[in-house]
Amino acid sequence: MKRIIPLFICLLIGFSMIIQFFIPHPTSLEFGSTIYKWVIVLIVFALVLAIGNLIRHHGTKIRRQKKDWPYSIVTLSSMIGMAIIGLFWGIQAESLFQKIYLNVFAPLSATMFALLAYYMASAAYRAFRARSLEATLLLAAAFIVMIGFMPFGQYIHPRFPAFAEWVMRVPNMASQRGILLGVAFGAIATALKIILGIERAWLGGKE
Amino acid sequence: MRGVDTRVFYIKIKTVLYLLLIFTIFPPTKVRAIDRPNDAGSAINVQWQKSSDDNIIGGYIIFKRVLPDTTYQRIGSTGRGVQFFEDDNTQDDEEYDYVVAGVHNTELFYSEPSNVVKSYPQVFHTGRINVLICIIAFTFALSYFVTKARTGKNLFVRKIPGLAAVEEAVGRATEMGKPILYVPGLGDIEWTATIASMNILGEVAKKIALYDTPLIVPNTWSVTYTVSKEVVKEAFISQGRPDKFHEDYVRYLTEAQFGFVAAVNGIMMRERPATNFFIGRFWAESLLMAETGAQTGAFQIAGTDSVLQLPFFITACDYTLIGEELYAASAYLSREPLLLGSLKAQDIGKVVVLFILLGFTILTFCNINLLSLLAVQ
Repeated sequence: MKRIIPLFICLLIGFSMIIQFFIPHPTSLEFGSTIYKWVIVLIVFALVLAIGNLIRHHGTKIRRQKKDWPYSIVTLSSMIGMAIIGLFWGIQAESLFQKIYLNVFAPLSATMFALLAYYMASAAYRAFRARSLEATLLLAAAFIVMIGFMPFGQYIHPRFPAFAEWVMRVPNMASQRGILLGVAFGAIATALKIILGIERAWLGGKE
Repeated sequence: MRGVDTRVFYIKIKTVLYLLLIFTIFPPTKVRAIDRPNDAGSAINVQWQKSSDDNIIGGYIIFKRVLPDTTYQRIGSTGRGVQFFEDDNTQDDEEYDYVVAGVHNTELFYSEPSNVVKSYPQVFHTGRINVLICIIAFTFALSYFVTKARTGKNLFVRKIPGLAAVEEAVGRATEMGKPILYVPGLGDIEWTATIASMNILGEVAKKIALYDTPLIVPNTWSVTYTVSKEVVKEAFISQGRPDKFHEDYVRYLTEAQFGFVAAVNGIMMRERPATNFFIGRFWAESLLMAETGAQTGAFQIAGTDSVLQLPFFITACDYTLIGEELYAASAYLSREPLLLGSLKAQDIGKVVVLFILLGFTILTFCNINLLSLLAVQ
């Protein structure tokens, strides 16, 4: 029963949502909307479990004074502090919650994102070392596109920017579409396998 | 006096010409109202043939009457050259008719009333028949190959280096006595890539359970956290090692994209996992995590269906599952005949699509454009 009930729910809801896609009647739309509302309810329940896990993990770390435990104090105090501020003083514009969000959280996120530029440089260095035929091709394509999109490109040859554009629009686009085609079939097959109960790894396998 | 007479004469001439122009402007014709197809009701499409003086008039005004009322209400306007208006404010149980007027300065030139029409909801979306046919055909192909696989016929699956290396990756971590990090992406459970990642996590966790290696599965969404926890737990139980599963293996971090990156990078720098898996749906954070992993010297296997993130993973990771390989991974790792059969159906699907695209391209060269058959509404 532990297996059969989830598989039955999956089959029922999966096929219902496929059928719902083809029926534009208000009853069908209402059904779809109700299912999405239920998903939100489930997310809330899952959030309680997830936050419980976060508190338990860091609580244990602090209690046992494991390696780097002071970071856990920062995590828990930030989470509890923000929750209290949001619950008691609101999250409207100009509230303390928003001020902390905009002046602490947003710059920290932006800092992480800004690191991407440096990471790109180091990754590009590794990728562009022409150790194999593939890496050499990658290097050549990147060189053409980068130079072509720079103003300097047209001084090398007037048709250089157009060639770079062609590389992006034709070979690059063709390979992207090829990958997307495979992805689409893979996604459909995975969805059908789960709905039909062929794929059961999400339930811990066939046993 | 002569000058004043001439001016009066010209004003009279201009007035006559203006009146002539006004009286010769033709209104729009053949106004037709139909229920908007493939909708939930409450909408009517109004079409008309534009006025013969379309290039002179300023545009069209659309009027609606709820029968049996006698007065028309203005409901909207369009520019000149337009022959279509969508009235999305109707009641399904009422009858309507429409009049379209051409506007010239402040004068209106009314058409004949349209036919009487009612809006109503449809029970089948005819614009999606092509999708339905494809789904049915693909389901049949899937069922056929799965049934064939059930008979025990051995199906060939090409070697996927990234998946073949999973055993080596787990073994390496065991030998080094270090944990394995498995990031199931930043997509919530509604992403098929995340579901595929969960399937792979199940297979990886089974191997980990056998080797007794520590596992870290950080999650960004609460639902993926609960699912991945169950998947890992069930994998340990299926291998007869439920006692080896620790609640701490699967962790919830944060829903914030870069907060999650900071936390995962922190785990990589502090706990130094021997093997990192980045499998699922990724966005801008892909390189930040993969590059940090490369700097720690970890063996890295990535897989995503996000075309834009693939180059980052290819440059920073040892192996990358490209696109469909992500979806084939569960079948490849488990070697279950039923799942392998589904891979065959995918291949057949791709061949069919390839032939359709080729055929349609050739027909386009012959001035036969059938691409509208592929459009999805």
